[in-house]
Amino acid sequence: MNIHEYQAKELFEKFGVATPKGKVADTAEEARAAAAELGDEIVVKAQVHAGGRGKGTFKNGFQGGVHVVKNADEAAEIASKMLGQVLVTHQTGEEGKLVSKVMVADAVDIEKEYYLAILMDRESRSPVIVASTEGGVNIEDVAENTPEKIHNEVIHPLLGLQPYEIRNLSAKLGFSGDTAKQFGKLLKSLYNLFISCDCSMVEVNPLVATPDGQILALDAKFDFDDNALYRHPEIAELHDPTEEDPREVEAAKFDLNYIGLDGNIACLVNGAGLAMATMDIIKQSGGEPANFLDVGGGATQEQVRNAFKIILSDPNVKGILVNIFGGIMDCDVIAKGIVAACGEVDLNIPLVVRLEGNNVEAGKATLAGSDVDLIPADTLADAAAKAVAAITA
Amino acid sequence: MAILVDENTKILIQGITGSFGGRHAQLSLDYGTKLVAGVTPGKGGQRFADTVPIFDTVGQAVAETGATVSAIFVPPPFAADAILEAVDAGVELVVAITEGIPVMDMMKVRAGMQGTKTRLIGPNCPGIVTPGTGESSHGGCRIGIAPGYIHKRGKVGVVSRSGTLTYEAVYQLTSLGLGQSTCVGIGGDPINGTSHLDIMKMFNEDPETEAIIMIGEIGGTAEEEAAEWAKEHCDKPIAGFIAGATAPPGRRMGHAGAIVSGGKGTAEAKIAAMRDAGIEVAENPSDMGAALVRAMG
Repeated sequence: MNIHEYQAKELFEKFGVATPKGKVADTAEEARAAAAELGDEIVVKAQVHAGGRGKGTFKNGFQGGVHVVKNADEAAEIASKMLGQVLVTHQTGEEGKLVSKVMVADAVDIEKEYYLAILMDRESRSPVIVASTEGGVNIEDVAENTPEKIHNEVIHPLLGLQPYEIRNLSAKLGFSGDTAKQFGKLLKSLYNLFISCDCSMVEVNPLVATPDGQILALDAKFDFDDNALYRHPEIAELHDPTEEDPREVEAAKFDLNYIGLDGNIACLVNGAGLAMATMDIIKQSGGEPANFLDVGGGATQEQVRNAFKIILSDPNVKGILVNIFGGIMDCDVIAKGIVAACGEVDLNIPLVVRLEGNNVEAGKATLAGSDVDLIPADTLADAAAKAVAAITA
Repeated sequence: MAILVDENTKILIQGITGSFGGRHAQLSLDYGTKLVAGVTPGKGGQRFADTVPIFDTVGQAVAETGATVSAIFVPPPFAADAILEAVDAGVELVVAITEGIPVMDMMKVRAGMQGTKTRLIGPNCPGIVTPGTGESSHGGCRIGIAPGYIHKRGKVGVVSRSGTLTYEAVYQLTSLGLGQSTCVGIGGDPINGTSHLDIMKMFNEDPETEAIIMIGEIGGTAEEEAAEWAKEHCDKPIAGFIAGATAPPGRRMGHAGAIVSGGKGTAEAKIAAMRDAGIEVAENPSDMGAALVRAMG
């Protein structure tokens, strides 16, 4: 789960991670009021979950989702041009993203930019702190070109962040005296936030040193462990469904694991591994998968029906491949579910069904005996070939 | 022989009175597995299916019944505690079926298990099956949620991160007349107890296992590590399959651990590592059984 920049700033403030002063605004008037409390260089930023905001263009022709202004009136004017408008950046796609909030914050002078992140590392099964003197740029490029400038500190899962580890990183980044002290406080607070909120990643890029000797987190990206959201209702509330694919939001309501892609053959599968493999074989057979969809091990008829509805809401979809391995579940029950679901949705594209497993003969008989117009298949390879053939016919 | 468990292994189930745990406990009993105890705090003294005694704690269950393996069917918020309780009670093996345990909980559990004699399989896994020799493999040891009847006792070891893909592989093997020594689902989470490599080493040392199928998916580098080891140390034929070649980077594909991030964990890299190790990589999931036949020559 991702969050907005202003929400990240609020989390930073709550945990004591030093960050420039600022506020979020829903209206131009709120932006004016927020700016009035700030200094004489103020930045107004459109709040969308996408990079490249500064170089983006609004659909109303206004240039740039990030502007530096001098006073509250200017802040209000810029905010009025952003709010309610759609911003297109290189990450949003052509459709862009609706801006419903702007952040108004002190623009800080930057002496040097750094990179600081904490992530849950699966290989060491520990939190790892990653720091670099090369901030404000793509860290993957730094890792590729100058790996010696990336410093990692693996934190013991039970002991947590130790003072010497802070000193090590501080020295590697070249901080001393008061800046070292500030960096230490910031890192300790950031680590506390990471652990307390069950983050899987928090990335501060850039972390900046200002000419007057402050160390501040300027921009942040969070990723939270979805499995832990049950114990962080306040984090779960930060979720902004308008930032997500509406099909994925709809699927989540029915406990369906759906990810939209841009192909034309939709698939409905039980099990995540099998669902990925089904996408792969569609591609291998010359088609393009329209989605990942895992209906889970114990899918109900209700879930199958809703899954069909979500799949069919995608205008790109020209055919459907259902691939079910009925292990414990009875294939006949699944077959009846498919027939019932097809009866309730207006199905007018080819449907290929491959069933295998428990009581499969009865399941196949149910499908064959129904009035649903479907193409039966034996193996997954057979199903994929038939699905591709059906949409190209 | 087989690995990890055999038909004589005594197992207990934590969370046996839940609907999910209870359903699969019954299926294991029906399969002929020696399910000797259940544990649900507050329900000690009751019986499951009129026969299996239920205890309040794992310690009591182990002391009374001699169970050496615990299967965890406890909901995610309580699963880490349940695993640690089983470890503390001294079981040899914990199989955590539960899906959705927070990563930080698993991080602490793994760190806390250091130096203990217990092995953890999972979490978020289908479990382990060592098939029996009866009809439809009855009489074997079924721990978890896999369909028992698709198995057949034999010589192929199966290790996988995914449930239904494992069933596909097993079903294909059985249809080809190739039985299995043991099938192990290691789970789809980013931090798990046992890796592909751990299981490959066990299969390599198991005299009953003559060939191995290793099924992986995008995310992490566990498949690469196992392939690299196998290249030097494994003298048994191996077939492999990797799911997720078409998965978009940065998206979690159902399993919490199935994500390509920062260019790491791609299907291409895993397939290349497997081919480099001489592993016969299946063209697609329908080809897993046939790939093993090719690997065996």
